[in-house]
Amino acid sequence: MSEVKNDDEILSVSKLKKSFGSNTVLSEVDLKLKKGETVVILGRSGTGKSVILKCIIGLIFPDSGSIEIFGEDFLSIKQAEKSKLRIRIGFLFQSGALYDSMTVRQNLEFPIIRQPDYKKSDLSGKVEEMLENVGLVEAIDKMPSELSGGMQKRIGLARTLMLEPEIILYDEPTTGLDPVTSNEISHLILDMQKKLDVSSLIVTHDMQCAKLVSNRIVVLKDGKFAAEGTYEELEKSDDEFVRGFFKFE
Amino acid sequence: MEVKPKKKQKLKLPASSEEFFQKIAGLASFAVKFLIELFKPPYEINETLKQFFMIGYKSFPLVAITGFIIGLTLTLQSIPTLDKFGAASLVPSMVALAVILEIGPVITSLIFAGKIGSGIGAELGSMKVTEQIDSMEVSGTNPFKYLVVTRIFAATLMLPILVILADAIALFGGFLAINIFDYTSLKTYLVSAMANITFSDIIPAVTKTFLFGMSIGVVGCYEGYNASRGTESVGIAANTAVVISSLMVILIDMVMVQLASIIF
Repeated sequence: MSEVKNDDEILSVSKLKKSFGSNTVLSEVDLKLKKGETVVILGRSGTGKSVILKCIIGLIFPDSGSIEIFGEDFLSIKQAEKSKLRIRIGFLFQSGALYDSMTVRQNLEFPIIRQPDYKKSDLSGKVEEMLENVGLVEAIDKMPSELSGGMQKRIGLARTLMLEPEIILYDEPTTGLDPVTSNEISHLILDMQKKLDVSSLIVTHDMQCAKLVSNRIVVLKDGKFAAEGTYEELEKSDDEFVRGFFKFE
Repeated sequence: MEVKPKKKQKLKLPASSEEFFQKIAGLASFAVKFLIELFKPPYEINETLKQFFMIGYKSFPLVAITGFIIGLTLTLQSIPTLDKFGAASLVPSMVALAVILEIGPVITSLIFAGKIGSGIGAELGSMKVTEQIDSMEVSGTNPFKYLVVTRIFAATLMLPILVILADAIALFGGFLAINIFDYTSLKTYLVSAMANITFSDIIPAVTKTFLFGMSIGVVGCYEGYNASRGTESVGIAANTAVVISSLMVILIDMVMVQLASIIF
């Protein structure tokens, strides 16, 4: 993916620490995300990649450190302000996390109709438009249980896009999918980034996806980022641990 | 290939006094949060109406059958016993007092705890495990208000209505049972049944059902909302919700009966 020219920093994580009991998952994480940039986080399973995303969105409270989003200190603002800020950040869960008692249409409408300044006109044609973006207009009246894993992730992405977020956090968007569907999802992420100019932070083990969508890759090791660079730079890294992620071919 | 035996599902009850008090504190703060959020806008009216239907209307057949059988069997059992003392004419009155004061509210609430407590616990537990609750939170929606407040409110309002209906059906069951032995008109039966019932009997009996409903809703939501990760926790949440809410019904009943005897 091409270089990001805009230098506006919209997300800044500094000295983030998080432990679960005696298990220190994040010991000192620093991360910055610029407008329009896509950063991929690599790391072995269970090393805390998803924990970083959940700290950023406020689902997990870190032990120490700071998180600034759009210039606001996310950890110290009030709940109401946090909710407002969250609307500007989309989160795609690993499982899709579709509401299983609602149809696809209701799933997509759900975040919009609960906004305080919601008007009925906000919805006109938007659900269809977002479903068209992910190529699943025909699934509009289906229940999540009637959809395949790949379709659920695409619908999850469409729901995330409903609020037109400026940042999207992806938690393993292609895990558990066959190579063809994984490739489709990766291209979809790329298309959405080009079309909507969103900044993205992606946790993945899928190196094809990382190669396709990333501007920059960071590698998490022992609770810290051990390496940072473009796909091509890290592929030739001197660190064997880092190179290990690129030995899939 | 070696197949490991399945783990037996454990009922999660407080293992130590510390855990017990943590659970009590958790339930109390959950109930307080419900009362605070209940009056704060925005109000989830559509979801609340849906929960009235799911919790109230859909529980009616089960509650109605239970009420009918209780009234019928209680009367059938009482007639020969009271007949020995020459007090068979008091059967309608005795059945009405027993059903309205105690059996109707408590049995209906226990049935309700089994159906609704476990249902809410499993539903919210499943939503928690599959990250649907987290998903609501990150989209700027307050999941506590949408999922918890609506369900507890519906349980609190629907249970008293179900208890009143169950009491009426139980009295009808009693009427049919009496007619098995001897013909009695419905009017005569009702006049006899209500002869010893006063408002001071009905008010505490109905009032306590609001508390039963609220406690069942609070416990079901609390267990589901705090389910730990993993599918096993869904079953545990449902089980624990039924056990604790049934116990709460009995405990609240004991306290309320004492209070009613002091006040009225």
